[in-house]
Amino acid sequence: MISFREVVVQYPTAPTPALNGVSLTVTPGSLTAVVGPNGSGKSTLVRALLRRVPLNGGTITVNDHALATFDARQFARAVAVVPQREEPTLPLPVREFVMLGRHPHRGALSAISSADNAAVDRALELAGAEDMVSRATDQLSGGEWQRVRIARALAQEAPNMVLDEPTAFLDIAHEMAVFELLDALARDGRSILLISHQLNLVARFASHIVLLHEGKVAAQGTSDDVMRGAILEHVYNWPLVVTRDPAVGAPALLPLRRSRR
Amino acid sequence: MTDNGAARNAASALSVPALVAGLVALAVLCVLALAIGSVSLPLREVVSALGGNGDGSVVSIVRDVRAPRVVLAALVGAGLSMSGGALQGTLRNPLAEPYLLGVSGGAAVGAVFASAFGVASALGITLAAFVGAAVATLSVSLIARVVAGRTDARMLLMAGVVVGAFANAVIIVTLAGLPVEGLRGALWWMMGSVANASWAGVGRLAAAVAVFGGALIWLARELDVLALGEEPAAALGANVDRTSRQIFLLASFLAAATVAAAGLIGFVGLVVPNIARALGARRHRSMMLLSAVYGAALLVFADLVARTVRSPAELPLGAITALIGVPFFLARLRKLT
Repeated sequence: MISFREVVVQYPTAPTPALNGVSLTVTPGSLTAVVGPNGSGKSTLVRALLRRVPLNGGTITVNDHALATFDARQFARAVAVVPQREEPTLPLPVREFVMLGRHPHRGALSAISSADNAAVDRALELAGAEDMVSRATDQLSGGEWQRVRIARALAQEAPNMVLDEPTAFLDIAHEMAVFELLDALARDGRSILLISHQLNLVARFASHIVLLHEGKVAAQGTSDDVMRGAILEHVYNWPLVVTRDPAVGAPALLPLRRSRR
Repeated sequence: MTDNGAARNAASALSVPALVAGLVALAVLCVLALAIGSVSLPLREVVSALGGNGDGSVVSIVRDVRAPRVVLAALVGAGLSMSGGALQGTLRNPLAEPYLLGVSGGAAVGAVFASAFGVASALGITLAAFVGAAVATLSVSLIARVVAGRTDARMLLMAGVVVGAFANAVIIVTLAGLPVEGLRGALWWMMGSVANASWAGVGRLAAAVAVFGGALIWLARELDVLALGEEPAAALGANVDRTSRQIFLLASFLAAATVAAAGLIGFVGLVVPNIARALGARRHRSMMLLSAVYGAALLVFADLVARTVRSPAELPLGAITALIGVPFFLARLRKLT
């Protein structure tokens, strides 16, 4: 479980806070999605959780313990994060790269244990990346690279997972595969926090949606609570309609063209 | 580890052929360096002289003159290469190395100041070099942070070049007022040499390489994670800021110890870790072990060249490594852009 309570983050050079009193809770067994326009504070949530920016107010707790009570390794055993951007600077064989997910479980000089190998095997299989192990990280397509990064996070075997736009640059099949994987992981009892721009997929998969706007929560709740034309039109500052998807019954957003004006 | 596990992780294991080849090359170069010189010795005499047998003057040349010089060169090469490998990992920049980052320059200033103010003990000069390296390291990261607003790896390199140039100027100004002997000293500090090697100096540097190099090997797995970038490293349980600082300081002190022993020698720390990577070392532990061996071999070779090509005159060691390193630097720079 991850809880943000009244979290405020102010970057030193920015005129307004990146997060201004944000509260949300990711409960076990749920897929919680954070959506919102560019610059609404989504990635700052992840940075605050990773303690890469200081909080100017509020608290973050993981499994009901304050963030400050975790050392770096304990945190990585409790929460697995897939950050938004990452360049494969030093190419590694895929299996070794996924093995880095075992870092918080291993000592400085300890050899790879059978538990480490088993966790990596499971992670590769869950992420659908088993067939990539013979390659290096610089020989992967965009979709394969994302799946390998998700596999590395799965190898951490943490009860909480946070993914920052994991389906950016992915085609429809790979994107759907990631959403179905996250859905399965949540059903398995994990707490999943997903940051995404794909409102229509989020509306179908997420059990709880948080809509951020200028560092504040503009709406949160089920897809029916958040996927409302008036709210979304205001937040995204673009004409749109919300219909109901005829095939799956979920709310669906359709941006309109402005050219008529 | 099971057989299955061993097979699966074969790719991560230290590249044994590369390591053996490096050790053989190092051994051959060491023997050659003991045999070749103003007095050329047959290999058989070198081997028996190492054991203390044979003509007294030959034993003295091999054991008291050439052997400490060869071992010192090997230690300097190993230390600079491990320092460079660690800095490249933590700064995520394959062009980082103690010389280009101004760390070596700062150490040289510290050492030159100490000797100019009458410190004669080798330990005092080594400590002054550590202080100089620490000041240079702090200045470089401060300049980078003030100019770029954060610790940007490219900006660190730029700041390093500036601090290095400033350090060279300080050395010249400090030593220029001295008689001719002082100018020779300036050249020694700025271009590097192992001509004044002694077993005591070898012992000091060996201790520094063992302590600081050992600590870097200990932290190698943290380096694997830090090399992914700040956020991925934090996500994987690295204490990013603290560990980066520790590694930066350890690598700086390792470089400072080589400077105190042999002056400024550039480009070794740049070239060798890249060779280790080209030989297949991906993880930092195997990369730094390979770097230590190949760095040692490279510097033994460079010193052999330095004292033989224009014998009886000696070329500065740093000039030889720069001649090797600059084309390499340019080629690597081109690959980056």
